[in-house]
Amino acid sequence: MTLTEIINHPLTRLVLGLVLILVFVGVNGLILVWMERKVVGFIQRRPGPYEVGPHGILQSLVDGVKLIAKQLVTPRGADRFLFWLGPMLSVTPVVICFLPIPFSPALTAMDVNLGLLLILAFSSVNVLALCAAGWGSNNKYALIGAARAVSQSVAYEIPLLLSVLCIAFQTGSLSLSAIAQGQSQGVLSWNLWVQPLAFVIFFISATAETNRAPFDLPEAESELTAGFHTEYSGMGFGLFFLAEYTYMIVVCSVATALFLGAHDGPFLPGPWWFVLKVYALILALMWFRWTFPRVRFDQLLNLCWKWLIPLGLVNLLATALVLKLVE
Amino acid sequence: MPGLANTVKGLWSLIVGLGVTGVEFFRPQLTVHYPRKEVDNLATYRGHIDLVARDDDPLTPRCIVCRKCVAACPSGCIAIESRLVGVEPSGDARELSLAPGLIVTGSHAAPPPRQKIRREVASFNLNYNLCSLCGLCVQTCPVDSLAFSREVYLCGSSRADFEFELLERLRRRAAAGGQRAA
Repeated sequence: MTLTEIINHPLTRLVLGLVLILVFVGVNGLILVWMERKVVGFIQRRPGPYEVGPHGILQSLVDGVKLIAKQLVTPRGADRFLFWLGPMLSVTPVVICFLPIPFSPALTAMDVNLGLLLILAFSSVNVLALCAAGWGSNNKYALIGAARAVSQSVAYEIPLLLSVLCIAFQTGSLSLSAIAQGQSQGVLSWNLWVQPLAFVIFFISATAETNRAPFDLPEAESELTAGFHTEYSGMGFGLFFLAEYTYMIVVCSVATALFLGAHDGPFLPGPWWFVLKVYALILALMWFRWTFPRVRFDQLLNLCWKWLIPLGLVNLLATALVLKLVE
Repeated sequence: MPGLANTVKGLWSLIVGLGVTGVEFFRPQLTVHYPRKEVDNLATYRGHIDLVARDDDPLTPRCIVCRKCVAACPSGCIAIESRLVGVEPSGDARELSLAPGLIVTGSHAAPPPRQKIRREVASFNLNYNLCSLCGLCVQTCPVDSLAFSREVYLCGSSRADFEFELLERLRRRAAAGGQRAA
């Protein structure tokens, strides 16, 4: 076996990809937390973190050190196994979600033809983690938070899938790389122009799936203290936090790959365009968070069942019809 | 279709909201980076109280020792000692008018003669440890002899550091030139 063969071997590629993804996840978590605090600061006309490092860039690193140094407390009466399974289960599948994301044709850790399905399947594991954490905490706030997380996630998975299916119908593929390739002929070839409604539905559902405000009911501070992670200290909480921000990158990456032409763009190399688009979407998510007040639970479910799912179904039917007629 | 109209209105309100926060995002910050920059809005700062000097004499407070501030203070943090400067007959003081048939002028039950008793502050002690900064003393003072100081950088390591003799502070301030509290 020569060196080139070893490097080109799928297993080497997978291991290298996983290592790079872990680095990417960690660094991104730090940057996004800092970015979020800067965005909220600017919107409220204050500087945000400013003291640690130039413009507070090292703030989240220092916060991370603080979290790691804290004692891990298991509350009395908690289910020790489920309690600690929760945070681990919420972070681990995230790494797998990154495998099929096409940063560029060459920079894809694992090009599977069911990439979209892989992401959808593994990102749902997060709900299970929240459920385990809420149940295992032996705390009423955590339990209510977990119950909310589950019903919210179950509801919003449907419009999410419906909007993704539209793109899958249209391109005839579940491989993110193939979908990305299909929109690499300039801005006008992006799926956004063909499926604007699907994009809107996808983005709203993604906000709800990642438990971001205005849909952050599982951790509604004003009602549930901290929701499902009320009882977690130190890195137990840190892992949930990291998972939340990493899921933001996952959903925004998927949105970029499905609707915004993935790595397509002039002048800059592909991966830069991809990351730029992902960060623009994340900025929009942060903008939403600090603009809209939290919805009530009935409003949340009404929006899903009465608007997003019917609209998604109509959109899907229309897509199918048009495809049939064009054939 | 009032439902649809409401929905459109609601969606529009979301965009308006995003516009508001979007504009605020780019507007200049209001925060003062304090240790690096000085704050300049001290005109309204309410520090501990300080005596105000007379217009003609920067060494003497306006205080007439009426002790209304002592009575008004809910925390009991003001203590004034005074000394009698003199009793002088006063032309403009009105005589107490009592029924002339009842009390004979010059008898022991007669009202005091028309005179003005003048006192001045010997020491004006403020126990700032007890003060709740309500400002009632400043409000009640009939001659505007009390004002809030603008001492922002006030610190100390013991209780004694916050027991002030305001007369002494006034004199020190006058000696240093300029009258900051007014």
